[in-house]
Amino acid sequence: MYLADIYGKQTCVKAGIVPEDLVWRNPAYRPEMAGVAVPHGVYVHIAGVDIVRIDADDFYVLEDNARTPSGVSSLLGGREICFRLMADLYGAHKVAPVDNYPDELVSTLRSVAPRGTTDNPTVAMLTPGQFNSAYYEHSFLADKMGVELVEGRDLFVRDACVYKRTTEGPKKVDVLYRRVDDDFIDPLAFRPDSMLGVPGLFGAYAAGNVTLANAVGTGAADDKAIYTYMPEIVKFFLSEEPILKNVPTWRCRDPKDLSYVLDHLPELVVKEVHGSGGYGMLVGPQSSKMEIEDFRARLKASPETYIAQPTLALSTCPSFVNSGVAPRHVDLRPFVLTGANGMKIVPGGLTRVAMREGSLVVNSSQGGGTKDTWVVEL
Amino acid sequence: MLSRTADNLFWLSRYVERADYLARILETTSRLSVLPAAYAGDSNEWTRALATAGCLNAFLAIYEKPTAETVTEFLAFSEQNPSSIRRCLETARFNARAVRTALTQETWETINGAWLDLQKMDERDMVTNRISRFTEWVKDVALRIDGSGYRTMLRNDAYWFLRLGFFTERADNTARILDVKYHILLPESSAVGGGLDYSQWTAILRSVNALTAYRWVYRESLKPWLIADLLILNEELPRSLASCYKNIVECLDSLAGAYGRQGKAQRQARTIRTSFENSVIDQVFQTGLHEFLTSFIADNNRVGAAIIEQYL
Repeated sequence: MYLADIYGKQTCVKAGIVPEDLVWRNPAYRPEMAGVAVPHGVYVHIAGVDIVRIDADDFYVLEDNARTPSGVSSLLGGREICFRLMADLYGAHKVAPVDNYPDELVSTLRSVAPRGTTDNPTVAMLTPGQFNSAYYEHSFLADKMGVELVEGRDLFVRDACVYKRTTEGPKKVDVLYRRVDDDFIDPLAFRPDSMLGVPGLFGAYAAGNVTLANAVGTGAADDKAIYTYMPEIVKFFLSEEPILKNVPTWRCRDPKDLSYVLDHLPELVVKEVHGSGGYGMLVGPQSSKMEIEDFRARLKASPETYIAQPTLALSTCPSFVNSGVAPRHVDLRPFVLTGANGMKIVPGGLTRVAMREGSLVVNSSQGGGTKDTWVVEL
Repeated sequence: MLSRTADNLFWLSRYVERADYLARILETTSRLSVLPAAYAGDSNEWTRALATAGCLNAFLAIYEKPTAETVTEFLAFSEQNPSSIRRCLETARFNARAVRTALTQETWETINGAWLDLQKMDERDMVTNRISRFTEWVKDVALRIDGSGYRTMLRNDAYWFLRLGFFTERADNTARILDVKYHILLPESSAVGGGLDYSQWTAILRSVNALTAYRWVYRESLKPWLIADLLILNEELPRSLASCYKNIVECLDSLAGAYGRQGKAQRQARTIRTSFENSVIDQVFQTGLHEFLTSFIADNNRVGAAIIEQYL
């Protein structure tokens, strides 16, 4: 709703819920999307919501991922491996199955095919290719979904429709589950030097002849600056209190917050607004004096690009490490699918583990691990 | 299916087949090279191995003299030789990875496993001491890739493109090995007779895995024209030209059936197959074995090109 609004009537900006510059000057905001009617009104078909637990009762949303959240292959693969190793445990505990995720995903994608396409829409998955670090996940998912895994060079656009080059000649593609970032999907619309995209793809999309999942420009809803406004945004659109709370966050763009943050740097976690993957962040309690001073200088230079949060007492989970079984911090990322017929979620999620003792950084790019996650029938 | 996928599958199997063939050449050559000169002849067996592999000039651009060590290194491991066994398996794995979804898990794991094994090998040690173990390993990898595809893949276009690659490359390899050694198969040269030719004939049969097959088919001692008959016209031998074309025609027909359309590739392949069916080996020798093989290699290339043009 928020995305439809900022690319449409812009009521929440006009009502002063979100500051204008955070929307219009957000690098992930795509002016090209303004006024584009996305098929079935769905922007974020696949969302990964990072959730942490800080005490017995409280779960917080740590972060939203509305661009191209990854990790679902670890969810499925982890279950498969654990099931092989400890099959008896699964029988004894009635663990809800997650292996229908690829089916749910493909039916979600089919449900959002542009209106007017056949009863049997063609879904394809667009990958940057085998040099991408997530290529394994792309091929794994495409395989399980039974859809073609395509690269930019396998597609072309004619008369504002997308076709794939096949052994039987061109075949029309209706839904593209793309794992290529906005910047690279179409050299004519976005970065001209992109070799990964399909020239004219955005034109076909704007013309309503192909569905892109997720939509273009969804990043405008998941960066860490917008995150701080999420509770207000939810209240504005739904007139309800959000069930899952946000982590209390200081916006460094606000002078009052900034001075608090600068005074309390050693206790806080400071993150770049547009960062991801655990890069460019400061974990106060675990940083040296020099690192903190270095960050202080960066904060002062461009406060609007940072937010700060209290260092949370993330819950831990017993983990098997070199020294034996020991507690390690975890967070949980369930995957939420949104199609034309509502939302679906498989009973499970990706549990990410910070493998280093005491570490709070769970990102796989920083050496994080994963765990199989059970939803148990009691 | 995507043209790129078909292209990758076709070349994936061609490279696997080529690696297998190179392993056989290395094996037979090292066997010949240790024979006394009276049996092996005075010409350099290692030079001939390079000619059979079709890369003598590429070799001479890098090395001075073909010796057991340099040729083995060049054919088995060299990074500078785009068709060394190592590079073949690497390219096959690269192609397989690009079309991971078109392969079954079993086939992919076989290819990837071979590639991982290759990373761990001590090349120096292999070249000097244990080349036979290496060639055994390569042949085993090819068997497992072929077999896992045969046992696990759906019988659809992906499977047929994979098969087409195997048979197109195999036909090319068999024709080449015959062509490099055609002079010792000519009837008049058998007058030279003796142990020398016998070991050369055995080597040809070994390199296409047909020494035992020969005895079962003809039940007599090695005769050069029968060897040619077996390798060219006998449909029962999996590496004969006739058998390769029987299979190529079948794969192309399956594709045409699935896609509902025939094309140039089907017509050309069928013409070649018919010509094998109507030939006897005496005729082949009358036209000239070398001329026959040269024109076959060209025809086979044309079929490959027609497949690429039509589908890839």
